[in-house]
Amino acid sequence: MGKVNTKVDLLGIELDNPIIPASGTFGYGYEFAELYDINILGTFSFKGTTKDPRFGNPTPRIAECPAGMINAVGLQNPGVEKVVEEELPRLAKCFNKKVMANVGGFSVDEYVYTAKKLDACDQVGWLEINISCPNVHGGGVNFGSYPDSAAEIIAAVKKEVKKPVIAKLSPNVTDIVAIAKAVEAAGADGISLINTLLGMRINLNTRKPIIANKMGGFSGSAILPVAVRMVYQVANAVSIPVIGMGGVTTAEDVLELMMAGATAVEVGAANLIDPYASRDIVLDLPRVMEKYRINDINEIIGGCK
Amino acid sequence: MKQSLFEIIENRPLTDSVMLMRLKGDTSDITGPGQFVNIKLDGLFLRRPISVCDCQGDVLTLIYKVVGKGTEVMKNMTCGKLDILTGLGNGYDMTKCGNSVLVIGGGVGVPPMYMLARLLREEGKKVTAILGFNTKAEIFYEEEFKALGCETLVATADGSYGTKGFVTDAMKDLSYDYFYTCGPEPMLKAVYNATPVSGQFSFEERMGCGFGACMGCSCKTLYGNKRICKEGPVLEKEEIIWEK
Ligand SMILES: Cc1cc2nc3c(=O)[nH]c(=O)nc-3n(C[C@H](O)[C@H](O)[C@H](O)COP(=O)(O)OP(=O)(O)OC[C@H]3O[C@@H](n4cnc5c(N)ncnc54)[C@H](O)[C@@H]3O)c2cc1C
Ligand SMILES: Cc1cc2nc3c(=O)[nH]c(=O)nc-3n(C[C@H](O)[C@H](O)[C@H](O)COP(=O)(O)O)c2cc1C
Ligand code: FES
Repeated sequence: MGKVNTKVDLLGIELDNPIIPASGTFGYGYEFAELYDINILGTFSFKGTTKDPRFGNPTPRIAECPAGMINAVGLQNPGVEKVVEEELPRLAKCFNKKVMANVGGFSVDEYVYTAKKLDACDQVGWLEINISCPNVHGGGVNFGSYPDSAAEIIAAVKKEVKKPVIAKLSPNVTDIVAIAKAVEAAGADGISLINTLLGMRINLNTRKPIIANKMGGFSGSAILPVAVRMVYQVANAVSIPVIGMGGVTTAEDVLELMMAGATAVEVGAANLIDPYASRDIVLDLPRVMEKYRINDINEIIGGCK
Repeated sequence: MKQSLFEIIENRPLTDSVMLMRLKGDTSDITGPGQFVNIKLDGLFLRRPISVCDCQGDVLTLIYKVVGKGTEVMKNMTCGKLDILTGLGNGYDMTKCGNSVLVIGGGVGVPPMYMLARLLREEGKKVTAILGFNTKAEIFYEEEFKALGCETLVATADGSYGTKGFVTDAMKDLSYDYFYTCGPEPMLKAVYNATPVSGQFSFEERMGCGFGACMGCSCKTLYGNKRICKEGPVLEKEEIIWEK
C-alpha cells in the first residue's frame, strides 16, 4: 500500500486519484461532506447548473430498473447566480480542491452565459458542458444528438472562457465517434461520456409510465458495458483526454474504463445507493492496482488494444 | 444520517399483507418521530424507504405493507442483517402543538403516528388517534394506541368496524388544537380540507437516494422547493401546494 501511483493529470490540473463523483449524484458536495472528508476524491462534478433556477420535471421522476435506475429530474438547480453566491462559498468550507462545473442550457446563449459566470470562479477547475439538453429553439431536439449542434455549443462556449472545456456526450446517438470528432474540432479540451441512456418503465397495474415525464435517463451498473464500448471507440478516435463514466461501482470498473482509454472516471448512481461509494473506490484502488500489478495508474490508460 | 448494519430480531405478520419488523442496531441518528430509514435489499438497485414506527434504545420497529419486489424480499427474511440508512427526513415538530392533539393515520400511514403518539403522551398531552383502514381485516395497532392512553377511533371504508367511512368522518365532532397526519395522498388532502385547525402532513415520493443528493423527490411548497427526503417528509399545513 502507498507504493502505487494513483495521480493523473486532467487538463493541466493534477488529481490525487482519477475518481470523480458525477454530476447530479453528488449535489454541491456538502451533503457528502457531512459523512466523510470529500478532499479524498480526485474532484467532483457538481449538479448541472443552468442560467435560471429550475424545478425540473413533475414527479414521480425516479424508477427502479434491474441493476440501475431511471431519472427524469430535469436539471433542478437554483440557477447560476445562486450557485456562485451561495453553493460555492458553502462548498469552499469543506472542499479545498478545484471542482468541476457542470453546465446545462436550452439555447447557445444560455450555455455561454452560465459557462462564463462559472469560468470566473476561482474554485472551478474545469467546465463540463452537458450537451444532452433539448434545444428550445430547435424543436426540442437534444444539442448532443447531432455533430453540428454539439460543435456549435462547444465552439461558442470555448470562445468566451479560459478554463478547460469538457464536452459531456450523450450515448443516445447513432455514431458517437462523429460527435466526438466534431466537438474536438470545435475546440473541446476534453470529452466525458456517457450521460444516461434514454429509458422507460411501465406500471403493470395502471398501464401507465412510472415516470411522469414518461421517459428518463437510465444509469447504474447495468450500463457499464455500453460505457466501456463508447469510451474505447471515442478514445481511439480523438487525441484529447477522455473521462469515462457509466455504471461504475468498484475500483475494478475504474481500471476497465481506464484501459478502454479514460484518463479519469466519474461515479454516478452508485453514490445514491451507497453514500460512501466514491470514497470506498478511492480507498480500494491501490489494493486493486496491486492485484493487477499496476504501479502507476497512468500506464493503463488506453492500454486495451 | 448514518449507514449501518441492523440485525433482524423479529418479523411477523400483523394482517394478511402488513408485517412488523424489529431490528437491533445503532439508532443514534434517529432523532424524532416521522423520520424514515432507507433499506438496502439484495438484488435490488434502489433502497426502500420505510417510516420509523418506533425506536427505543437500540431497537427499531418498522411496519410495512407487502406491495412489490422489495417488501416481498423483506417479508421472507427471518434473520440476518440489513444495510440501513437512518436519521433521514425532518420528522414531526412536536413543539408546535398545544395540549389536545389529534394524530391521524391511514393504512401504512399509521406506523409513524405510533412513536409520535407515544412521545406526546410522555409529555402528558391528551392524544386522540384516528386510524383509517379499508376493512376490518386490515386493522392493526388499535390496541397499541389504546395502551399508550390515546382515545382511539377506527374508521373503515366498508363500515365493517368502527366509524363507516374515512378518517375525516371520524374527525367530525372532535375538538383538538393541533393535528399530525400520514397516509395516502387523497386522505391527506381530505384531512386538509376537513378542518380549519393547523397541523403537519407526512408525504411520500419515489426516491433515488433518500438523503438529499439526487433531487428525485422534490416538491413545490409555498416556502420554496423542498426535497421530501430532506426538508420533508413532513410539511406544515400552511406551506402545502396540492399539485396532483
Ligand atoms: C418517506 C416514506 C416513508 C414510507 N413509510 C412506509 C411505511 O412505514 N410502511 C410502508 O408499508 N410503506 C412505507 N412507504 C412506502 C414504501 O416505501 C413502498 O411501499 C416500498 O418502497 C415498496 O417497495 P417494493 O419493492 O415492495 O415495491 P415495488 O413496486 O417493487 O418498488 C419499485 C420501486 O418503487 C418504489 N416505490 C413503490 N411504491 C412506493 C411508494 N408508495 N412510495 C415511495 N416509493 C415507492 C420502491 O421504493 C422501488 O424503488 C414509505 C415511503 C416513503 C417515501
Ligand atoms: C439522479 C441523476 C441526476 C443526474 N443529473 C445530471 C446533470 O445534472 N448533468 C449531467 O451532465 N449529468 C447528470 N446525470 C448523469 C450522470 O452524471 C452520469 O453521466 C450517468 O448517470 C452515468 O453514470 P452512472 O451509471 O454511474 O450513474 C445524472 C444522473 C442521475 C442518476
Ligand atoms: S431522494 Fe434523492 S434527493 Fe430525495
